[in-house]
Amino acid sequence: MAFAVALLSRTKQYTECPPLMEEDKYIDSRQKLEIILKPMEGAEETGLIIHEELCSGCGNCVVACPVNVANDPYGSGRGFGPTNEKVIFRVENGKVKAANVKECRRFGKDRILCRACIDPCPTEAIEFV
Amino acid sequence: MTEPITWTCTGCALLCEDIQVYIKDNRVEKVEHACLKGKARVYGCKHTAMSTVDQEEVDVNNAISQAAEILEKAKNPLLYGWSNSTSEAQVAGIELAQTLGACIDSTSSFCQGITINEIINGNVPSCTLEDVREKADVVVYWGADPMSSHPRHLSKYSYFPRGELRQRGYEEDRTAICIDVTQSRTAKISKGMFFSILPGGDAEFMRALMDGLAGRVPKLSYDFDVKRILELAAVLKKAEFGVIFAGLGLVYSIKEEFDLISEFMNTLNRFSNFFLIPMAGHFNMRGFNHNLHEETGYIHRVGFTKNGPVSSVEYSVVEQLKHGADAVMVVGSDPLASLPLSISRRLKDIPLILVDPCSNLTTRVADVTIPCGVSGIEVGGTAIRLDGKKMDISPLMQVDGLSDEMIVRRIMEEVS
Repeated sequence: MAFAVALLSRTKQYTECPPLMEEDKYIDSRQKLEIILKPMEGAEETGLIIHEELCSGCGNCVVACPVNVANDPYGSGRGFGPTNEKVIFRVENGKVKAANVKECRRFGKDRILCRACIDPCPTEAIEFV
Repeated sequence: MTEPITWTCTGCALLCEDIQVYIKDNRVEKVEHACLKGKARVYGCKHTAMSTVDQEEVDVNNAISQAAEILEKAKNPLLYGWSNSTSEAQVAGIELAQTLGACIDSTSSFCQGITINEIINGNVPSCTLEDVREKADVVVYWGADPMSSHPRHLSKYSYFPRGELRQRGYEEDRTAICIDVTQSRTAKISKGMFFSILPGGDAEFMRALMDGLAGRVPKLSYDFDVKRILELAAVLKKAEFGVIFAGLGLVYSIKEEFDLISEFMNTLNRFSNFFLIPMAGHFNMRGFNHNLHEETGYIHRVGFTKNGPVSSVEYSVVEQLKHGADAVMVVGSDPLASLPLSISRRLKDIPLILVDPCSNLTTRVADVTIPCGVSGIEVGGTAIRLDGKKMDISPLMQVDGLSDEMIVRRIMEEVS
């Protein structure tokens, strides 16, 4: 169970489990895990994944993200493109990009389950794993 | 990395003025803050149009002379398109139509023209998008899906940003309402305030809502929870600054009884403070209506007759293409792709001139094609945003070709 929790919090990889990798009787389980954990491969440290192929560059997340608003109140907070480098979300070439992910409210000791960027996305291009 | 240029996007009628474009060696390297539509606009045509006569490549001067000859010979020419041109090109087009005694019409003829007419003539109150950002607390998307048609609409103006009187933005200070026949992307944002109506049922729903506003029990011919209409009426009544964004879904549905819009706005404004903004699509569609109105007093469907300019359905692009025009000049539009085949079919039977930067379906049947610079990228000028605000458009890069305005003026020189 402890290993499963570590796996979900991404402090361990499934490849670090010797029986799973070495014993034939776990082959099916290993293949299932590969499929289940595949989406987590591109995730940022906060678990953030941006599905660029779904993004329309509308910028809802740029304006809704509380960190963007706090760090750039007269740019992102007012609906314009970000005016400094302290923001998490910005739109480049029609797709949203993430930076400064350690600023995200889902990161660190006092993390919270913020959904401010997920809920306004009309195409479900943002998810956390 | 080179220094960015601040650019006004001509991808749609929102005309976002905060776009940053990085250019190197006269090529776009990167664009920031623009949505996918804006990005596609910045990177220009996939296939640029060639200068042709009878589908054979010719010198652009020959193509212009041929176009002038066609228009001069025609008894009833039609000049159509214009919504993707700067206001300067539109004014030149209106002058050419006057010189030729031609009909002139734009894509607004079957789009938001009818709504813009009501606003220009003062029958319906309207406001600017800046007013919406600073003041609006209730926004209604009726028959409109800006999340698909104008991707930055909600993030830049109507729902998400913090405004002067709406410091808490969408979280507490704004309510988004969507009335539509389908659960669109915008409906998804509106969540519990999405009202699903039947196709063509906008007028009925509007009357039911007016009943709700007046304190009467709303009646609908189909099964709809009346309590929800009363709840909606209560939200609208409480609005301090409300805006209705009228989409094509609404306009197409009630165009036969369009007076209902002003009746609805009057009813609403007996209790509240509401404005209406048309969701124009092309970047300068509204500009054409304003420019033509300034010259003739009409917003579209104008024929320059011996008795002066006249506007009626008879002069609309649809009627003219069916059985009126004997030659057509299209500027910045692709009628074969955008109009029903039953109407556009006749384009292959009459002389057709196309002025456009890109190769499209219409170029395949055009007798004369004249390539022009892309407005907002290679050609500057002014345009009118969907809310009626005049905006300056600076070109992003220098090119050797002609602008659509220059082409129209060259044709005018040859015919006069």
